[in-house]
Amino acid sequence: MVQRAHGPRLTAHGLRDKGQAVLLQGNEAMVEGALAAGCRFFAGYPITPATEISEMMSRRLPALGGTFIQMEDEIASLGAVIGASLAGAKAMTATSGPGFSLMQENLGFACMAEVPCVIVNVMRGGPSTGLPTHVSQGDVQQARWGTHGDHPIIVLAVATTRDCFEVTVQAFNLSEKYRTPVIILSDEVVAHTREKIVLPPPATFEVVDRLRPNMPPEWYIPYEDTPRGVPPMAVFGDGYRYHVTGLVHDVHGFPTERPDEIVPFLNRLHRKISQHFGDIQLVQDYLAADAEVLVIAYGSVARSAKRAVNYARDRGVKAGLSKLITLWPFPRRLLEPHLRRVRAVLVPELNFGQISREVKRINQGQTRVEKLNRLDGNLITPEEILERLVKL
Amino acid sequence: MAERLEIRLAGSGGQGIILAGVILAEAAGIHEGKYVCQTQSYGPQARGGSAKAEVVISEEEIDYPQASQPEVLLCLSQKACDTYVFDLPPEGLVIVDSGLVPQLPTTKAVGLPFTKIAREQIGREMLANIVALGALAVLTRVVSLKSLEAAVLARVPQGTEALNRKALDAGVQAARRYLKSKPEKT
Repeated sequence: MVQRAHGPRLTAHGLRDKGQAVLLQGNEAMVEGALAAGCRFFAGYPITPATEISEMMSRRLPALGGTFIQMEDEIASLGAVIGASLAGAKAMTATSGPGFSLMQENLGFACMAEVPCVIVNVMRGGPSTGLPTHVSQGDVQQARWGTHGDHPIIVLAVATTRDCFEVTVQAFNLSEKYRTPVIILSDEVVAHTREKIVLPPPATFEVVDRLRPNMPPEWYIPYEDTPRGVPPMAVFGDGYRYHVTGLVHDVHGFPTERPDEIVPFLNRLHRKISQHFGDIQLVQDYLAADAEVLVIAYGSVARSAKRAVNYARDRGVKAGLSKLITLWPFPRRLLEPHLRRVRAVLVPELNFGQISREVKRINQGQTRVEKLNRLDGNLITPEEILERLVKL
Repeated sequence: MAERLEIRLAGSGGQGIILAGVILAEAAGIHEGKYVCQTQSYGPQARGGSAKAEVVISEEEIDYPQASQPEVLLCLSQKACDTYVFDLPPEGLVIVDSGLVPQLPTTKAVGLPFTKIAREQIGREMLANIVALGALAVLTRVVSLKSLEAAVLARVPQGTEALNRKALDAGVQAARRYLKSKPEKT
């Protein structure tokens, strides 16, 4: 049932320059966002409900001088993306649950070797091949902990077509700024909902590029600590010779087993995310300032929640919404003030409670946290949330 | 007040249900400047299985993107009709392909033979979705015929514009004949 991903009016150079409204799927808006952020390499393997991202990349990238490769599987897809990024390209892949599971090994490598890249997971029902055409939010904890070892990661969620553009730009920016893989969790509803959007002209939003070394090549210490914790990254082929490995390495990139080298390295790996937490945590509040009951939601469910909050306000219930864009690191600093103030919190999710457990963790008993879960492949409706909100 | 209109198009995979939803959304959103959301639901099969598209048209930004209680329902299969017909509010409008939906559960349903029209008048059964869109626009006035035609022509493959225009017009005429034949409300 996949129709042409977009009409003939949207050409390689798009309608972006003209500021005209277009009807785009979440998946298509993500491609626009990625290209606007400077993505010029995509390697992937098609899978419902993420396929439109690959389809559109295969048409758009060659026209922009970029590279699209359909790989043999998702393991190789992320491998190619890591290689492209080391060679200086902003690179991305997109998949769904089964493919995301295959990517976990290389995801860990990208964390360890500090290779910027963006991985989109359009969530569908699971586990295993699950419900290919139906919505889910079952991969939230996997996105945090799917690859082994204690690693930091940035995970962002999208709820609207507009988010798909803006958050994808943001994902590339964070990934370049902090030399880390960034995962975007979309879901089947967001991916396939078409909405009218006017794509912002290029100069109206920030695009970040990774810091590159400017010392002579022989002075370059590829994994040297800096005040920001993020060492400049040389492009392969630029004359800066260094070693890239998944083993714990010293500042020169060579494997080490010395505790006095292991500890500073792992500390820096975590510190480079934690010390920039304020820059990374993104939450959009809606009527939350005076709310007595708060919904914490993300992805497509946040849209149902917004409507439910409006319904509740109509009935005189002071409800509000915190829509999470950043899922990991969990944006506790923006949520904690609400938890201290509100009477109760409702966390609706299309899983058995993967974010509600985080809310409970940071809540420390300050307020009542309730969950609302749905796993039948359908979106939680505003009415279901409202019914719970008025009883909180 | 926030004007929010919800339309559901349903049938089986391969009938162009989702494309019809996309075209309707573009007509309302791009050509008439309203806020639109178009969602879809389909099975893993390439053909057969059930397919559903929903279009929400609003004067203000749309939060919940799906239809809660569609005011307009278009059904191109008996199964779709049976599944969704009673989701409508009392004043809702049901439009069905009378050739594919032999059992009408309600007398208020408007039955027009979209697939037969497409086959006999256009010579291409696959244009039934465009025929149905033409009729839907006349019966509901959710979009102007001018916007709808522009949206259809922008979406369909090059070289099929004349056929699609003909299909749209056949749907428009069928709906107009229906409206003329309908007894006046007392």
